[in-house]
Amino acid sequence: SSHEHKLNFRKSKEACLSYIQDALLQKQWKRAAEFLTCYVESLEKDYSREHVGPSEIIWRIGTEILWHHSQSSMKEFNCFMEQMKTLGVKRYLKVCLEHVFHLLCNGQIDEAYQNLSLAESWRFGEQTAIQDKEMKLVEAYRGLLDYYSWSKQKNILLEHSEDGFSDLAVEQEMHSYFRKAAVSLKEIIKIPGVWDVFVKCYVDLLEFYGDHNEARQVLNEYAYNSKFPANPNAHVYLYQFLKRQGESKKSLISALKILHDIVPSHELMIDFNTMLQKSKKRKKRRLGLEVIFAALDYAGWKEDAKAWSCLARQVKQIVISEKHLDWITQEWNSRKDWWPAFHFSRYLAKRNWQENKSLSYEKALVAGILLGKDCKYFKYVSHQGCKAQLKRFRMLKKFVNRHNSVYLRIS
Amino acid sequence: RDFNERCAQCSEVNWGLTDGGRFYCRSCHNVTERTREVVNTDFITNSRVQTISKGSRNQEKNDGGCEWYVCEGFQLVLKKQAEALEALGVCPQMKDEILCNFWRCYLQKSKQAYCKRPAGETIKALSVCESSTDVDSDPDRPSLLHLLSLSESEGDLQTDCSFASSVSKVSESTSVYSGSVDGSLYLMKNQKEKLRMTMPMTLSFCYMALLWLREPITLSELLRFVVEGHIPYLNVFQHFPEKMKLCGLDLRIFCVESWPVYEEVFNKMHELAAFLDLPRFPDITDSCFLHPDMLCMKYLMEANLPDELHNWTCRVVRKIGIGEVDFLTLMPGNKSTRKVKYDVLAAGIIVVVLKLLFLLDDHYEWLLSEFAEERNKNSTEGGPYFEFKKWYEVVKQSLDVEQKKLDEERAKYLWRCEKPLFYSVKNKSKVLKRRQMVVNLQSQFGKLSGSVRRAEKPNPSSFQLSWSEENTDGSCFHGHSLKGVLQEKCGLLTAMNPDYWLCTVKLCNERLCGHLAHYREVEFPQSYHFVLGLFSFLLRIQPSYIHDEVCMIEHKLFNKKLCKKLKYNTVLRK
Repeated sequence: SSHEHKLNFRKSKEACLSYIQDALLQKQWKRAAEFLTCYVESLEKDYSREHVGPSEIIWRIGTEILWHHSQSSMKEFNCFMEQMKTLGVKRYLKVCLEHVFHLLCNGQIDEAYQNLSLAESWRFGEQTAIQDKEMKLVEAYRGLLDYYSWSKQKNILLEHSEDGFSDLAVEQEMHSYFRKAAVSLKEIIKIPGVWDVFVKCYVDLLEFYGDHNEARQVLNEYAYNSKFPANPNAHVYLYQFLKRQGESKKSLISALKILHDIVPSHELMIDFNTMLQKSKKRKKRRLGLEVIFAALDYAGWKEDAKAWSCLARQVKQIVISEKHLDWITQEWNSRKDWWPAFHFSRYLAKRNWQENKSLSYEKALVAGILLGKDCKYFKYVSHQGCKAQLKRFRMLKKFVNRHNSVYLRIS
Repeated sequence: RDFNERCAQCSEVNWGLTDGGRFYCRSCHNVTERTREVVNTDFITNSRVQTISKGSRNQEKNDGGCEWYVCEGFQLVLKKQAEALEALGVCPQMKDEILCNFWRCYLQKSKQAYCKRPAGETIKALSVCESSTDVDSDPDRPSLLHLLSLSESEGDLQTDCSFASSVSKVSESTSVYSGSVDGSLYLMKNQKEKLRMTMPMTLSFCYMALLWLREPITLSELLRFVVEGHIPYLNVFQHFPEKMKLCGLDLRIFCVESWPVYEEVFNKMHELAAFLDLPRFPDITDSCFLHPDMLCMKYLMEANLPDELHNWTCRVVRKIGIGEVDFLTLMPGNKSTRKVKYDVLAAGIIVVVLKLLFLLDDHYEWLLSEFAEERNKNSTEGGPYFEFKKWYEVVKQSLDVEQKKLDEERAKYLWRCEKPLFYSVKNKSKVLKRRQMVVNLQSQFGKLSGSVRRAEKPNPSSFQLSWSEENTDGSCFHGHSLKGVLQEKCGLLTAMNPDYWLCTVKLCNERLCGHLAHYREVEFPQSYHFVLGLFSFLLRIQPSYIHDEVCMIEHKLFNKKLCKKLKYNTVLRK
């Protein structure tokens, strides 16, 4: 503040820090560097009572500046990171990990690997135990890079086998990478957490070497163990695996069920609905309807013709069979207040017609059934479609006219 | 050195000097009765001699350090500060006579030297002095303190050893660790009794000496020069000689991590003047720089206000009697008179004058300005009339720029210096490592800074804002006329503005709540706030201090009316 004439070290550094933060927010790297130069002498003061001390601040801010500054090189960056590693032993592994991430972003995989190996061998009295979690991460990422190397070797091997060569050396290397990767990856996914990339890679390894049981177990654990945080991707991975394995529809459906609960708007909901619609079990078909309605609650699906076609198909089928209209009633009940404005406005009718005739067709069918032939959307689209002399629209018009009473029964 | 007699015992000419100031023969350790002439004026006025203690005090420290007392350290600080002031143009008398005499007086009064027995220290056995097996390596430069103490005492060996005795007492206990001999003792002393010396107090000493000599530097200027680095303060210990090792508790005494505050230095100075039993200071007459008439002129110029306002400031000064010699001159120990802050007072007067002429109620001054603007458009005869609005715009712009610069400078300030400090030898290596890392990082990010950090401090200047009449853009208001706000009544020029609002109806008791009035920005007009802000920037003090002076001046000015409680057109605000 301009009237703060009582200035001391601490206040001066606080002010300095706020200037740095402003500069960072405005991406003024030179200015940020200028003020950081003045800030670094904070290291010589004792801030042990504070939550975030100057050494951590300098590490984080310095990293940002060096990463973005045009005149900064990777060499300087690395040098800085090494200094930061010596600055706070309690943060050692964290700094190592961040450094590795930056190296990876810069495409320096080998350097990243070296750093990870170095970090893995670090021991520092009781700190080693305290930083156990970070150490596990270090091992996991090292394992991930091993997987990456394995993958490269695998591709080389495949190429060579196509060409008719057999390369023992490559094969052996590949296996050794596999072993290293597998051990580390297996370790980390034991701990509850979100480990998507590790799980994927580990499963990939297991599948390649034919250990499907282990793979299935890993994926089940990851998806269903309540200790792990709820993670939609876990279910997606499981589903994809089961699909690859050619599992029955029943197990596929059960894999997707939880996904529907967690993320009703997920892209797999289309597949899910398709499977459910075809099921012989009534309950499953009922669920299918629920699934597709739920997906279309979300703006992301508004313009998706495939999604609408799923709904249209199912609605049409129900209307024709004259059975289970109450299903539609149930689903429509909570939506009749807002779906018309959300999906079936006149504006959308025009736009959909202009941009995507198939979309407008499917939507018109649904609108016609749910809101009757006099609703804005259906009227406009069917009129346009008939005007354009498109056969299916004429068919649509007839269909809706025939079943016009339905909307009265379901509303 | 000048002693060339042959030794009575061994006929050698090889003399050294004991602690007691006596010559002794180095060959046979025969102590003579001859003492060295100590009191010669050259030596005293040249008393900025390095005071490295010597003699039979245990000099054998492993790190090559010597024993030194805290007051020796302060003496060095004062020396440096005096030299810097001399370099700024202060007369050499300040350094050679005034400051040094004040310091000696202080040492005497606080019983740290120049007296028979420094308080708090016991007398140990004579053995310490007699075991002069440690030969003086450099008898030419005996401890100043010892020698000067000699002039007071009778040269009694016993007394003179009293300094040495405290050595073993203090340095033995490891819990009170300090590089200086009496660092721990120093901090433990009861402050109230002896006015313990602190770093801010060095500036009080300087200011006191400057005031005594009536040098043209105000306290706010002095403090500004300190912050700008022209006068050593922060990290001044790096100029201590190598042998004076600073560590442990010394750090708490000599290392400051905040800038001195005006009030603190000011109040301490007055305490000091009383403590030293100083007589009435030299008169501040109307030809002195510190006289309100002079300072007002300076500040008016710096604030880019018309010179004509000076007549008004002089009138106010005269009316309320604050230009009187007795009011302005410092009489130490006199508790009844309010201590005069010359710079703040002058600023306060200007603010009062502005209120008199422009009212500053966020309305009237703009109205007057419009009239002046009209007039200036229509005719430029006799020079332009002063337009408050234009002045405000010009000054605000400059002020904002300078304030921004100042804020950034404060944020970029470097507090540490090359000389590393450590509390104990144990954390020395850690401190050095940290220092090295800081230097590395400074170098690395300094390169990425783009602009070269200016290595030289700007030249010290008395004026922070300057306005040139030569600028054709009309941004200098010194020559502008006040005709637009004045009118003639009975041959006298008075303000057109008939009103005045008092900052406060009742003054607080300064002794109880520290202020005469309490300034809260939101309760006062923006224009008033702006003007306070301007002087607050120039003097580097809180606006509330200027507000206090304004209140004080107003109450003197309207004293009669306040007493009579007449219905004047006052807008009452608290």
